[in-house]
Amino acid sequence: MNTALSWIKAYVPELECTDQEYCDRMTLTGTKVEGYERRDKNLEKIVVGQILSIEKHPDAEKLIVCQVDVGTETVQIVTGAHNVKAGDKVPVVLDGGRVAGGHDGGPLPEEGIRIKAGKLRGIPSNGMMCSIEELGSDRNMYPEAPEEGIYIFPQEVRTGDDAAAVLGLRDTVFEYEITSNRVDCYSVLGVAREAAATFRKPFVPPAVKTVGNGEDVNDYISVEVRDPELCPRYCARVCKNIKIAPSPEWMQRRLAASGIRPINNLVDITNYVMEEYGQPMHAFDLEAIAGRKIIVRRAEDGEEFQTLDGQMRKLDRDVLMICDGEKEIAIAGIMGGENSKITDRVQTVLFESAVFNGPSIRKSAKRIGLRTDSSGKFEKGLESHNAEAAINRACQLIEELGCGEVVGGMVDAAQPMPEAKELPFRPEKYNRLLGTEISEAEMLDIFRRLEIGTLEDGKGGITLKIPYFRQDLNCDADIAEEVARFYGYDRIPSTLPAGEATAGKLSYKLRIEQKARDIAEYCGFSQGMSYSFESPKVFDKLLLSEEDTLRRTVTISNPLGEDFSVMRTSVLNGMLSSLSFNYNRRNKNVRLYELENIYLPKSLPMTDLPDERMQFVLGFYGEGDFFTLKGVIEEFFTVTGMGKKPAYDPRAGKPFLHPGRQALIKYDGNEVGYLGEVHPEVLDNYEIGARAYVAVLDMPSLLPFTTFDRKYEGIAKYPAVTRDISMVAPREILAGDIEAMILQRGGKLLESCQLFDLYEGAQIRQGFKSVAYSITFRAKDRTLEDSDVNAAMKKILNGLEQMGIELRQ
Amino acid sequence: MKNKLEQIKEKAISQLSGCDTADKLNEIRVSILGKKGELTDLLKSMRDVAPEERPRVGQMVNEARGEIERLLEERRGKIERAVRETKMKAEVIDVTLPAKKAELGHRHPDTIVLEEVERIFVGMGYEVVEGPEVERDYYNFEALNIPADHPAKDEQDTFYVTGDILLRTQTSGVQVHEMEKGRLPIRMIAPGRVFRSDEVDATHSPCFHQIEGLVIDRHITFADLKGTLAVFARELFGEATKVKFRPHHFPFTEPSAEMDVTCFKCGGSGCRFCKGSGWIEILGCGMVHPHVLEMSGIDPEEYTGFAFGVGLERITLLKYEIDDMRLLYENDIRFLKQF
Repeated sequence: MNTALSWIKAYVPELECTDQEYCDRMTLTGTKVEGYERRDKNLEKIVVGQILSIEKHPDAEKLIVCQVDVGTETVQIVTGAHNVKAGDKVPVVLDGGRVAGGHDGGPLPEEGIRIKAGKLRGIPSNGMMCSIEELGSDRNMYPEAPEEGIYIFPQEVRTGDDAAAVLGLRDTVFEYEITSNRVDCYSVLGVAREAAATFRKPFVPPAVKTVGNGEDVNDYISVEVRDPELCPRYCARVCKNIKIAPSPEWMQRRLAASGIRPINNLVDITNYVMEEYGQPMHAFDLEAIAGRKIIVRRAEDGEEFQTLDGQMRKLDRDVLMICDGEKEIAIAGIMGGENSKITDRVQTVLFESAVFNGPSIRKSAKRIGLRTDSSGKFEKGLESHNAEAAINRACQLIEELGCGEVVGGMVDAAQPMPEAKELPFRPEKYNRLLGTEISEAEMLDIFRRLEIGTLEDGKGGITLKIPYFRQDLNCDADIAEEVARFYGYDRIPSTLPAGEATAGKLSYKLRIEQKARDIAEYCGFSQGMSYSFESPKVFDKLLLSEEDTLRRTVTISNPLGEDFSVMRTSVLNGMLSSLSFNYNRRNKNVRLYELENIYLPKSLPMTDLPDERMQFVLGFYGEGDFFTLKGVIEEFFTVTGMGKKPAYDPRAGKPFLHPGRQALIKYDGNEVGYLGEVHPEVLDNYEIGARAYVAVLDMPSLLPFTTFDRKYEGIAKYPAVTRDISMVAPREILAGDIEAMILQRGGKLLESCQLFDLYEGAQIRQGFKSVAYSITFRAKDRTLEDSDVNAAMKKILNGLEQMGIELRQ
Repeated sequence: MKNKLEQIKEKAISQLSGCDTADKLNEIRVSILGKKGELTDLLKSMRDVAPEERPRVGQMVNEARGEIERLLEERRGKIERAVRETKMKAEVIDVTLPAKKAELGHRHPDTIVLEEVERIFVGMGYEVVEGPEVERDYYNFEALNIPADHPAKDEQDTFYVTGDILLRTQTSGVQVHEMEKGRLPIRMIAPGRVFRSDEVDATHSPCFHQIEGLVIDRHITFADLKGTLAVFARELFGEATKVKFRPHHFPFTEPSAEMDVTCFKCGGSGCRFCKGSGWIEILGCGMVHPHVLEMSGIDPEEYTGFAFGVGLERITLLKYEIDDMRLLYENDIRFLKQF
């Protein structure tokens, strides 16, 4: 909400403060000032001048030379404008002064434009006459300004006066951020009331008297509300003999400062009251209302209606309509209809000041796709008393401004209004909640400033009477906040909670995740982050079959677009997209990891929350291969206490991985993840021009195997015996299977077996490979004898034979 | 005999003084102490010495031998040192050549800030907990005093999965889960991902992170809230940081506040970074609304509490002066390597 400070001061006449003070103090009592701007920014040395005479420029056809009386002297000004004549009063910027912008109305330069005396085609010019654009505004806000050329004042202004003041520009416009609970503050009066309380000055709202002639409004109109839950109050008044004219200058200036374009007296009054009271009003041409009857009811499904902006709007049962005896004439609270709009020929006006259900207006505005100033106010949930105050204010203005004759009485279709709320005064409770020792007297003073009434409750206590406009005050905590914000949040002490000590800690899951990050980073992988939702098209990019369970997704019903429409069931798309992003920016050797959730529905359609599973994904291209990733995984296992040797099963069946270079990772017989080289077709789909590798660990699956417990096992005291064996094995036999056999047959004495050579090619027959292991034996309690080792080796050699492996000499 | 020994010694000394390699040294050694060496020869001639003289002569020979061995050893040491010196001279390196780095990876800036926040609160006795990202309407809204039709529900532009299941718009729902467990007192922070239907641009992202904080106990006051968050701000932004609390409104706290900290770029004097105000808005907070306590089964007459919510990205962007939020999700290695 934007409002000129001068308008606030109209209701807090004793308010005196600088702009910055106003901004700071209002913000600290809860009316947040987002920013403010002087309306006379960069306007310096600008006065009202009167043109005494005009001559042609001797050397330039398009220029004229004016002698201008600026109050203190007469100055000569050369101009190219042609809308001025001798006797006109105009804004004149004097030598050394400053204006806000150029005459073309383009964006205003930050520092404005300095004006200096000079010569135009040889003739001295000691200043400049200004257009409204040069003064930083435009014809929308100053409709009396000429379409082109110099702004011309009415003759009654005084020559030599400050032109910016005459134009109402010696003012500051404040922008407020009003919180949704303070519906009353979406109005000039509401903010002024807060300002008065903040600065401890009297609040002087306009004195509204109910005006009207001897006629009875009921003879003009009747109102029937058929859906009272959507329209708790509908007030109607009638004004006749309407004389459309411009509204007075003070009203135009206040509206312009609020960013509202002045139109004519009737429109301006409704806008003015909307700003002042926060209550939107609507004016109908009474002649256009069939049967002199207003009916408030829901629209029919599929109905269409033309709003006064000429657009056809599609309606449904949930949209509330204002109708006459025959037809719809307005969408309630949102916009009037083309068929009943006010024209310049209007004779009799029906004013509507109603309260509509906030959520209903919000939903209707959203569905119809039409949000207006009016709907924006109704959405917040307006209060019923205010509707009557506002319509009476409007009628008073009609009469005061000579805009028409007000018909006596008001048609009021209202639901019973809630009683004024009462709350017990509990000072000790407020202090206990705030941690303060604020005196009762100080609290009562704050209530007085906020118009919260106090009554003796007859039992020695005090009851607080909440004013009707404070819908937000309903419990002790609400009252404590009122006390706190006017006592001053800054005056409340700073303490730390007392009470029993608690152990600060990370959950075990989070500690393991921290280890995962550490290990990934030790191994050169940097952490990325990806969106949790993606396009269902990624499943095709990942070559998933139509039946793949990863296609069963948590689907967003109102996504930002298809690209963000399903919650990911795999972290691969995020990783591959990141690698692709880097590859296409020519970054070399990129290693990334992420720790992020996937979301697996438990059933479809969803009734339960999905299974959120933390995934540790590593991916890279550049230096390294499959076994680089395997190394990172095994380091992670070691650090998290997963001491057993993981198994790798090449039958992983992942369509997005190279069929010959993928493996499931198994720990203690349980599948905990997979790794592999990315399938070349998938690389193409992601536009990655290098081999890339990924590994995914499903954290919930491996969490049960992790531990931070360690037990010291002693350092070997007796020497080890190492035997090297070299063998020729069929190509398809996995090293892992050979190792598993060696470990199993090696018995207690076997300490380790290490692959030290692997060879295929010349000297080895087709379909076979040469493999060599170094096998180490050791006993904890003695030096081993040859015979011990020979027995174990014999078992191993038998095992090799059974696998169809020959020993190599 | 004695003369001969002296001669051998003299000769050894003179030969050794010119000896500069291990090979020459060995030759000298062999020529004196070897099988056919002079001293060995002399020893052989012991046969000719009268038996009664033998012990005395033998001692003389042994002494001479010891002396020569000592001289040989001394020379050997000199030669070895000289060789090492020469070798090291040849091994001089250019210490300004590039370093061989272990290429460590880098944590995401969001994570660095998050871990810093966690460290501060864990130190103050808070437990770090998590809650579901796909959440029920009740926990995200209703139990937080945001009933159906509440305007705040629209302000937060929610992604829905079904009528009742949604992507959480705030981490505040974790408060409710913790309160429902019925274990008091509570001191927790809940970091996590939240979602709002905002188009992607330099300052908006449909996915971002919040850190929720909640303390519930007997006698918790607004003053405690102020004190706790002041400690937090000083730990995170530096000892000199000051805080300012402004009244605000959140449906689930009352009284509510927003907290500003003195601009960590200009220290409060006003700069472009803080738009001249000297203050930067950091978080929202307040005393837990009694109705929220009640809904989660906590008696608001006995217990009070405070809650706060911090936007993680907001702090990350400010702290590292990152000017475009999209960088956080592009994962450009040249970006990540800077943290």
